[in-house]
Amino acid sequence: MASAGVEVIDLGEPIRGPGALSGGWRRTLQLTIAIAKNDFKLRFFGSVLGYVWQLMRPLLLFGVLYIVFTQIVPLGKDLEYFPVALLLGIVLFTFFAEATSAAVSCVVVRENLVRKIHFPRIVIPLAIVLTACFNLLLNLVVVVVFALGSNVPLRWTWLGLLPLLLGLVVFTVGLSMLLSALYVRYRDVQPIWDVSLQITFYASLILVPYETIREKHEVLASGLLANPLAAVLQEARHLVIDPGYVNAADAMGGALRLLVPFAIAIGTFLLGLWTFNREAPRIAEEL
Amino acid sequence: MEASPTRAPAVTVEQVSKGFRTPEEASHTLKERVLHPTRGRGHREFMALRDVSFAVQEGEFFGIVGRNGSGKSTLLKCLAGIYQVDSGKMHRRGRMSTFIELGVGFNPDLAAYDNVVLNGIMMGLSPAEAKARYRKIIEFAELEEFQELKLKNYSSGMHVRLAFSVAVQVDADILLIDEVLAVGDAAFQQKCFDVFNRMRDEGKTILFVTHDMGTVQRLCHRAMLLDHGEMIAIGDPEEVGDRYLDMNFTATSQARQGEREGDGFARVVDGWLENDAGERIDQILQGERCTFRAVVQFNEAINHPSLTVALRNERGDNVLILTTIIDHNDSGTFARGERVQFAVSFDNILCPGRYEPVANLAHRGAGHELMDRWAKQMTFVVRSSRTAGGLVDVPGDWTIERLGADAPVGQVG
Repeated sequence: MASAGVEVIDLGEPIRGPGALSGGWRRTLQLTIAIAKNDFKLRFFGSVLGYVWQLMRPLLLFGVLYIVFTQIVPLGKDLEYFPVALLLGIVLFTFFAEATSAAVSCVVVRENLVRKIHFPRIVIPLAIVLTACFNLLLNLVVVVVFALGSNVPLRWTWLGLLPLLLGLVVFTVGLSMLLSALYVRYRDVQPIWDVSLQITFYASLILVPYETIREKHEVLASGLLANPLAAVLQEARHLVIDPGYVNAADAMGGALRLLVPFAIAIGTFLLGLWTFNREAPRIAEEL
Repeated sequence: MEASPTRAPAVTVEQVSKGFRTPEEASHTLKERVLHPTRGRGHREFMALRDVSFAVQEGEFFGIVGRNGSGKSTLLKCLAGIYQVDSGKMHRRGRMSTFIELGVGFNPDLAAYDNVVLNGIMMGLSPAEAKARYRKIIEFAELEEFQELKLKNYSSGMHVRLAFSVAVQVDADILLIDEVLAVGDAAFQQKCFDVFNRMRDEGKTILFVTHDMGTVQRLCHRAMLLDHGEMIAIGDPEEVGDRYLDMNFTATSQARQGEREGDGFARVVDGWLENDAGERIDQILQGERCTFRAVVQFNEAINHPSLTVALRNERGDNVLILTTIIDHNDSGTFARGERVQFAVSFDNILCPGRYEPVANLAHRGAGHELMDRWAKQMTFVVRSSRTAGGLVDVPGDWTIERLGADAPVGQVG
């Protein structure tokens, strides 16, 4: 075979160290799904009431806020179907909060896995978000039931919820990767994120709707929409609940300004991916 | 074991180095970083592997030996892709499976099926493959009756069996095996080794990390010795094993110098092994007659002291104990300042290996009131052409006779 004098010996595949995606996209996806499935199964069948507990948190929060802010302090009284809008907001926020706060410590919690086996490290935060997605879908069923029960009309614009949710997931995945990678080095990411989540709750137009804030302070109201979570929620309310909710573009004062929350979401995703990818090879040693 | 020259090795490691940085002062919080940006940034670089190169041929059972902290586990983790190397290259030909720890990621609250599928995917199977092999895995683990149970209700033995079965069913071409695997009961260990032997016979490439030289000599075609991250020897397991034992003994004797037990009423000042011709030796053939001699200096007048000589193998077992307490209890009365030689002759029934004599000099009695303990002074090697594998080796008298077909069997008397 080798006519030239030099024979090239094929040494085979190089052995690479651990990486965010080592092993390829396919394997990353397969593992993410397998882990998320098991996690979800655990929560669903892990206790007698299973899913009920998952539903409890958003529903309880909703119940309290509903009573306080519609019966005692009237909020959003001029808006159509405000309770449904409130529930939708709480469900979306619950997804965001559940995924990111679990993501913070996820790599450290799975320490045993990271130190003993070779697999794409990014699977760990991805699986956390995927499990939260399963929950979100179930919770959205509750929202739909509640909406139809409140006589919210079923409209074609509901389909617009899908790209919105996709955007929310991209933002959430970005933050999850970023937080989980940082936590390995800096343990105070945890309390910092706990506080940030509380602020985010009030800065995401969940409780006090955009329309109410605008009456008092227009600049603040538009400014809040730079938060991707708020933008997604505002548009979702517009599309799903009632056109009376201002759409996100108008609320920000021009479709072009929508680029701000969009850029923040994409930027967070890229920053998260870059950070995680940079930290991944050494995570097993830093733990 | 000759691989054809045109075929590349199954695993190639070229000049691999790996260091760990241990912070001088652990600063795990942002606050510390912000308040003291310059403090605590010092790192100590600890080199776990230095410029290690070797190649493992296809179908070879390759042992990696070294003491704790020699870098052998780090090497395995680098090969497994868990750690990133600082410099150097590694290549493999074929699917690789790691047996570093079994059942990684098993969830106690899930049943066997979910755990097996997830663990299988983790170890490199596709989801479809993992599901298809579930039945075989559960059969091999002999857990058919228990598959509905959650893993938390499994005994530790069942747990290990299940995990091992998954790892085996990944059927890789190259296996990386850590010694921690050899935990569990003796029966399971045997099963593990049976499987490894079978894999070796099937022509799989196996890299086995251990500190137990015996296992290496029993199983491996070739071995490599690591110390402080450097490769010290590579080649025939017997030779590598001898280097390893040498290294262990020098290390312990250096560590233990200076301290001496006992009340010092008398001291052992010298001790050695002699052959029949009266020559001091440090090597002896199995079955030969030999004598251990110890010179005792009495610092006080002592009645009937006892001298006990234990011959220890490298694992620290007292394989043979020779004592005046049993053989010669009235050893005599000695005056202060006297020098006395004690000698004991015996047939060398020890199996091949390295031994260390330890002499305990005690006051009369059961040997508990120690005057002196003479240890870590010398070692000797027993050589033999035959070894049955036990701790001692004596020629047995065998008779083999044919019995009639109707001869009584299993009856006493």
